[in-house]
Amino acid sequence: MTVLAITEHRRGELRDVSYEVITAGRELADELGGELHLGVISGDVDSFADDLNRDGVDAIHTVDHGEEFNHDVYAQAIPQLYEASGADVLLMPNTVNGLDYAPAVADDLDLPLVTDAIALDGGDTTEVTREQYGGKVETTYDVEADQYALTVRPAEWPQAEGDGDAEVGAVDVDIDEDAIGSEVTGFEEVGGGDVDITEADVLVSIGRGIEEEENLVLVEELAETLGATLSSSRPIVDNGWLPKNRQVGQSGKVVTPDVYIAIGISGAVQHVAGMKGADTIVAINTDPNAPIYDLADYGIVDDLFDVVPELIEEFGGEAPNL
Amino acid sequence: MKILVTVKEVAEVEDEFQISGLDVDESYLEYDLNEWDDYAVEEAVQTSEENDDVEVVTVTIGPERSEETIRMALAKGADRAIRVWDDSLAGADYLSVEAKAELLAAVAEEEEPDLIFSGVQAADDSNGATGVALANKLDMEWAAVVNTLDLDIEGGVAHVHRELEGGIEELTDVQTPAVLTIQSGINEPRYASLRGIRQAQQKPLDVQELGDLGLDESTLESDVSRTSMYEPESESDATLWEGSPEETAGELADFLRDKGVVEG
Ligand SMILES: Cc1cc2nc3c(=O)[nH]c(=O)nc-3n(C[C@H](O)[C@H](O)[C@H](O)COP(=O)(O)OP(=O)(O)OC[C@H]3O[C@@H](n4cnc5c(N)ncnc54)[C@H](O)[C@@H]3O)c2cc1C
Repeated sequence: MTVLAITEHRRGELRDVSYEVITAGRELADELGGELHLGVISGDVDSFADDLNRDGVDAIHTVDHGEEFNHDVYAQAIPQLYEASGADVLLMPNTVNGLDYAPAVADDLDLPLVTDAIALDGGDTTEVTREQYGGKVETTYDVEADQYALTVRPAEWPQAEGDGDAEVGAVDVDIDEDAIGSEVTGFEEVGGGDVDITEADVLVSIGRGIEEEENLVLVEELAETLGATLSSSRPIVDNGWLPKNRQVGQSGKVVTPDVYIAIGISGAVQHVAGMKGADTIVAINTDPNAPIYDLADYGIVDDLFDVVPELIEEFGGEAPNL
Repeated sequence: MKILVTVKEVAEVEDEFQISGLDVDESYLEYDLNEWDDYAVEEAVQTSEENDDVEVVTVTIGPERSEETIRMALAKGADRAIRVWDDSLAGADYLSVEAKAELLAAVAEEEEPDLIFSGVQAADDSNGATGVALANKLDMEWAAVVNTLDLDIEGGVAHVHRELEGGIEELTDVQTPAVLTIQSGINEPRYASLRGIRQAQQKPLDVQELGDLGLDESTLESDVSRTSMYEPESESDATLWEGSPEETAGELADFLRDKGVVEG
């Protein structure tokens, strides 16, 4: 049994998830009794391979082709690496780029695919744990195939450390240039602007629980009264109620304030990715089962429209009439 | 030009719920149009409004109940809808990514769209995989997690931004025909107008069975099966303040004062 894990890099740097797939892959390979191989595609593959040569990696296959991620290159290279390495299990990151090639690769190889795994249990049938309904429940799936593809959620497994003695080798893969129908032309940073929420010590963060744009004055008043900075979950930004630079999360900002007050935010994984490093997390949410409570240090299970005005008044502010 | 939009009706779980068997008990589920598909429908309808002769067709795998959701997409401006369902689908307890992509591909092969829009993920099972798997089956190009689309119909290129992690967007040119998975925030989905809702009743909604698509039950077979669903053991060690809003707000205020966050 061989597990082939695909690593990820961007703009010349390996991403953390690359070291996480080593840990996840090693665990699974141990349970299945086999080897862990890595695939490193595009960019400075030799120096990437050096960095990735950590404890538990048996072999690293490099494909020197282009600088940046291109899904057409990945989609062609990975099946060839899979065959060349004799792999049974294909492990890929459940990142934005992973989502851009994993389903195509699994389809090409005719492998069953389970995405966004948060735990793996290898055996005769491998059991994959996932979340459903926005994290309110967990589900397990049995994969009854000898060969299969998985994507693993970032930040669920620790990053592999320790020097390894993997065999590193360049693999000559056939890339059909005519079949490359997509081209990455550049990158753009978004979300500059007036306020830097990453610098704030105290964040009052609002989510979809606020319901209407007109109601935002309530949390604006709270932030002002507390001398805090206002941030939000994604739907608030999607609706155009706050600018992009206020968004906390995977595709927004990673924040590390002393206090993060999450109001009407469920705690979806992509949101949590941005705020789990906060020192103290306080949640105000009507739903006692909201995943945000798994993270929170303090909580009030109640209606924000009742609690927030009281809080404003506690500090001598004046709650706006909604 | 024709744009096919994959539209899913997703289940949302109420605050308090119970699990029976392998899913949340039906009585605790509410159904709605998948958030990401709403943006996909809007993007298609806007494209049809900005260009001549664009037909927008939605495709849904779902039971009769989902027609309410489908009519909502029609009310927002889609021209017609296809719903795939039959007894074998009703009997399947789990539809794998592969099976869904296969079903949608069969519809796409009949419709021959120039573009397919699909939500980035479905809010219930969050596989995030159907659109790209579908593209591969159809031998089309694709782009996942698109939050800006600038379509050059003549040139056969979709200039897109893909929203990566950490506030970075990737600029990519994709040759059409292509499948784009649409990220929320790409546009402002409209509300269905009363007139739109009335008109939607008249728009064609065609139901197709597996056999109509040249498929059979073997399409639904999968090596993956769901084996359990449970409420995760709460990792919460949160201190929950209880009482009236005045009391709980008072507790939070004390805490913030103790922390030195606020004075007074
Ligand atoms: C690729 C990708 C990237 C993403 N990136 C991000 C990101 O960077 N940041 C981000 O936030 N999301 C991101 N998302 C979206 C994410 O999946 C969720 O959809 C989003 O975080 C949900 O926001 P929310 O918690 O505000 O809304 P919901 O999940 O709708 O939660 C609203 C909460 O408010 C509570 N509530 C309702 N009314 C009240 C009331 N009156 N009083 C108190 N509580 C109330 C509800 O109980 C619920 O828990 C991303 C998604 C994808 C697919």
